[in-house]
Amino acid sequence: MKLTVCIGSSCHIKGSRQVVEQLQRLINENNVADKVTLSGAFCMGKCQQGVCVTFNDNFYSVTPANVEAFFKNEVMAKV
Amino acid sequence: MRKFDTKVQHLKYKVLREVARCAWNDTLLEKVLDIPQMIVPGKVPTMRCCVYKERAILGERVKMVMGGDKDNPNVIQVIDIACDECPSAGYEVTDSCRGCLAHRCEDVCKRGAISFDHNHVAHIDKSKCVECGQCAKVCPFAAIVNRKRPCQNACKVKAIYINEDNAAAIDNSKCISCGACVYQCPFGAITDKSYILDAIDIIKKSENNTKYKVYAIVAPSISSQFTYAKLGQVIKGLKELGFYTVIEAALGADMVAQAESKELAEKGFLTSSCCPAFVQYIKSAFPKLLPLVSHNPSPMVALAQYLKSTDETAKVVFIGPCTAKKAEAQLGHAKPYVDVVLTFEELQALYDSKDVDITTLGEDVLDNASYFGRIFARSGGLCDAVAQSLKEQNIDFKVNPAICDGIEECRMALLKKSKNALPNNFIEGMACVGGCIGGAGCLTHGEKNKKQVDEYGREALEKTITDAVSVLK
Repeated sequence: MKLTVCIGSSCHIKGSRQVVEQLQRLINENNVADKVTLSGAFCMGKCQQGVCVTFNDNFYSVTPANVEAFFKNEVMAKV
Repeated sequence: MRKFDTKVQHLKYKVLREVARCAWNDTLLEKVLDIPQMIVPGKVPTMRCCVYKERAILGERVKMVMGGDKDNPNVIQVIDIACDECPSAGYEVTDSCRGCLAHRCEDVCKRGAISFDHNHVAHIDKSKCVECGQCAKVCPFAAIVNRKRPCQNACKVKAIYINEDNAAAIDNSKCISCGACVYQCPFGAITDKSYILDAIDIIKKSENNTKYKVYAIVAPSISSQFTYAKLGQVIKGLKELGFYTVIEAALGADMVAQAESKELAEKGFLTSSCCPAFVQYIKSAFPKLLPLVSHNPSPMVALAQYLKSTDETAKVVFIGPCTAKKAEAQLGHAKPYVDVVLTFEELQALYDSKDVDITTLGEDVLDNASYFGRIFARSGGLCDAVAQSLKEQNIDFKVNPAICDGIEECRMALLKKSKNALPNNFIEGMACVGGCIGGAGCLTHGEKNKKQVDEYGREALEKTITDAVSVLK
């Protein structure tokens, strides 16, 4: 399953680095590294809704504050 | 505000703009022969002996904008008919010589090349003179001048010679495509080939980034350019032109700093590899030192490579201050990743070819890299970044850099290294004086440029290299 975080300028300013770091940690903590591949993209064309994240081609608007909930509700639910 | 340093750049820009305008409108085929007359209308010459010569040269400039001579591999080319065949006699005594008593010129000349006639006026014996210029320096009347051609003066790697027609010519085996002659020739007779048509073609065929996405990677020296507008407007303007998004090459510089510091600690000695003119110089003049060049790709290539790993169909246009990057992009290791290289000069023409006035646009953002990635644009920045990265990675290695500002300093350091007489363990080689901010493709070159780069560096969200590259997983 592919989890992609936008690391373009706009999302970067909104905290994509923190989102990436949290996701890396959560993937390791939950032992799903073999199932979820984390990757980056430069701009998803929805800069207003950043930090932009796609999971299995579905779009999500994530912030450093709600990334844990996103991971639990969306990613772990489907793993 | 002034957009260019010289009128030569302005002329080059006008040709770029008109060709680009036709390309956007698909009218290049029908209008290409009219472009010279569009730029030089009427009958009164303003640059050369007559408007017909002006137009003939402009015709050649149009060809350069369209990619130049395909049979010549060098991205730097001489427009023969534009060369004014400047005097090239070297140091000469002018009629300002007053026939003084001091004869400082004679005393300073180690070769005994100076003699005096019955009026006590100095003469230089060309068979003895080695063109060191000491006599010119000490003459209190500035009576001795150097009649070397500006192109030859600019070319510190001595790649320019005078051909049988008395015009300047380039020895491709020595040329490093740095563009110093392009910027210095007062007649604009040496110029860099443009790939602006390729960029327009890529943007058009993307059909508003639906067929594939077109990414612009901009060099950090952009912070010292387009100063008549805000950087955010420059970025917005790129999107108006049809780029999908814009990324800082400085992020590639962060990647390089991290990898290069590891490589340095491992090998114990290294030269940088981010300046393509410097690397080419080692290839042509010091081939034995080639194994000592960092094996890391340049920031441009490193980032383009990463970018294409995230988006396989992406097209990448690098925009920077550098003519040598145009040559680098054609090398095997870079070609699959970098589709087109443009200069800031060409970007200005591109904006105006679509009548995009960036000063009227809103501000977009550009923030991908750290302070250290951004200061790669100026001399010394790369060394600071490597030292910082060693510290961040807790690598116990003390870097003792030779910071070479300009190709002459590079030559001295490489010469010493080749004789095992260099005390340093790292060479930062930048072919242009000042670093990338001194590049031939810059719109303007000024005292404030370095300060602007440093300021822009400090504005970066990420303060460390590790943080900046941590997103690239």
